[in-house]
Amino acid sequence: MYLETRQETVGIRLRAGRSWTVDRLGLLERALTQVSLPAGGTAVIDLTAVEALDLSGAWVLRSLEHRLLSRGVEVQWAPARPELLGFVDEALGREAEGEEDETTRRLMAIPLERLGIFTVGLGADVRQHLAALGELTLALGRALSSLRRLRLPSLIRQVHETGVTAIPIVALIAFLISVIVAYIGAQQLRQFGGEIFVVDLVTIAVLRELGVLLTAIIVAGRSGSAFAAELGVMKLNEEVDALRAIGMDPVEVLVAPRVLGLVVALPLLTVLADFMGLAGGALLSWALVDITFTQYADRVAESLSTTTFWIGLIKAPVFAFAIAMIGTLRGMQVRGSSRELGRLTTVAVVESIFVVIFLDAAFAVLFMELDI
Amino acid sequence: MEPIISVRGVVNRFGSQVVHAGLDMEVMPGEVFGIVGGSGSGKSVLLRTMLGLQQPAAGTVRIEGRDVTEASPSELVGIKRRYGVTFQHGALFTALTVAQNVELPIAEYHPVGEATLRGLAEMRIRMVGLSADALDKYPSQLSGGMVKRAALARALALDPALLFLDEPTAGLDPISAAAFDQLVLYLQRSLRLTVVMITHDLDTIFRTCNRVGVIVDGRMISGTLAEIVQSEHPWIRQYFHGERARHATSQPNAAEGLHG
Repeated sequence: MYLETRQETVGIRLRAGRSWTVDRLGLLERALTQVSLPAGGTAVIDLTAVEALDLSGAWVLRSLEHRLLSRGVEVQWAPARPELLGFVDEALGREAEGEEDETTRRLMAIPLERLGIFTVGLGADVRQHLAALGELTLALGRALSSLRRLRLPSLIRQVHETGVTAIPIVALIAFLISVIVAYIGAQQLRQFGGEIFVVDLVTIAVLRELGVLLTAIIVAGRSGSAFAAELGVMKLNEEVDALRAIGMDPVEVLVAPRVLGLVVALPLLTVLADFMGLAGGALLSWALVDITFTQYADRVAESLSTTTFWIGLIKAPVFAFAIAMIGTLRGMQVRGSSRELGRLTTVAVVESIFVVIFLDAAFAVLFMELDI
Repeated sequence: MEPIISVRGVVNRFGSQVVHAGLDMEVMPGEVFGIVGGSGSGKSVLLRTMLGLQQPAAGTVRIEGRDVTEASPSELVGIKRRYGVTFQHGALFTALTVAQNVELPIAEYHPVGEATLRGLAEMRIRMVGLSADALDKYPSQLSGGMVKRAALARALALDPALLFLDEPTAGLDPISAAAFDQLVLYLQRSLRLTVVMITHDLDTIFRTCNRVGVIVDGRMISGTLAEIVQSEHPWIRQYFHGERARHATSQPNAAEGLHG
């Protein structure tokens, strides 16, 4: 035992071990909690064997002293109360009061409190999205009415970062997805002798839905997160405040170029994805069901109605707008800590992927009603 | 008496740019040692070298007799537990409360219960002059002066013998800066710390430092404050006798500060 107790005529003697420093903290804590203390009388805390005492050790000794005093024990020190304890007294001053009440109240209120915070947060979120949409519309109006406010260099950089650098991954994924569609299609359609319809399946699926949807999801993961992280760090570094202080509107300078850049880049990427998808279909059709490339091209032209390509493409700018707006808004919401940055970047990606798929479903219903 | 820090012939280079060309420095236990130098003279690089965060191209750094440059990773952890550091901008962990920031190093090394942890953290936070309601605040809710104090509390979490302060009073108003200097001195005397600080603040130097080391031309010229003030080196003359310095040196307490 690091704190030896011995009964003596005057009362109890607590003999402390040699080293009361932070290195022994675990040991000291055990000694403090396990020592059996008398209820009343006198206790002598004997420090004659102590060779080293630091702040942590002093705190443990002071806690011991307090426990004894609260049991009504008179405390004596041998040889003397160390100076360092006086220092701890001075630092801690009066004891904290009424803490227990608060924790019990909190425990009771946790579920209700959470529900309230969630509800209020949801309302605030909707308001913020609407406000961001409004500000963005105004900024875009200004940007499109004056070339200087369009901030062309920044816009071009965004098109490069969100569009050009995404080409390899978008091309690869579009190619592979159409290979999968063609493969499954060929397997099923062969049962009815309708292998040629693999071409129709690939063409319509890729051009109408898969090309734009997959591109949007990839871009949401790549650029939505990048927007949120970039703007979030700028927010933490007070760069956004600096812009405001110079009299520049962060929505115009930071948000608008990103939104416009993505609105330009995503349709272009979609065209690429469509092309790669058709190429993947051609390759598989040739390999699996012996359709030559000329046959394939003829069949694609036949299966296309005038609207098929445009129905896919028209969704791209809408998706782009949603992804960029969510990413930038979440970035601008970062406040205070690095954890917020991570949380809001995650929210940005999850939310933009969800919104893209939701919008795609809405488009599907809309086009069905319009009969195109 | 053995020096607590002994830097011998340290060379640091970045590409062709030589920052330190054989720098020597010695700090004795119980001193408050100020490191001064122009912007880009390598004060922060020297600090990082002493902390073992940067490997010098040549030379040795000994802390309590143990060589930082040749220590194995586990030895380095042992050395690191003997010193505390505050960084220029506080470097508090923004995702943690003030109390958690101080608890973190203690909990990392010692298996103690929550109540003890909290008590030890609270003592240190109150010790640096923050009130109890700062405990559960996040760094983003603190003022600049409070961030510096919280960073100091975290630096003292493992009861170090040695305290490194990087620009402790930068960004504080003169009154807060003076209060912070008093706090550092108070802690240094009460806890028998050795303090090494990088600072540009002449008031801080005169108020707190026993000895000063000036980095010029990649080397260090060090001595007591009185010796350094008398130095003939042009940069040092400019620093201590320039327009900016006159005010600090002409303060009535400055002379006492020299020997304080």
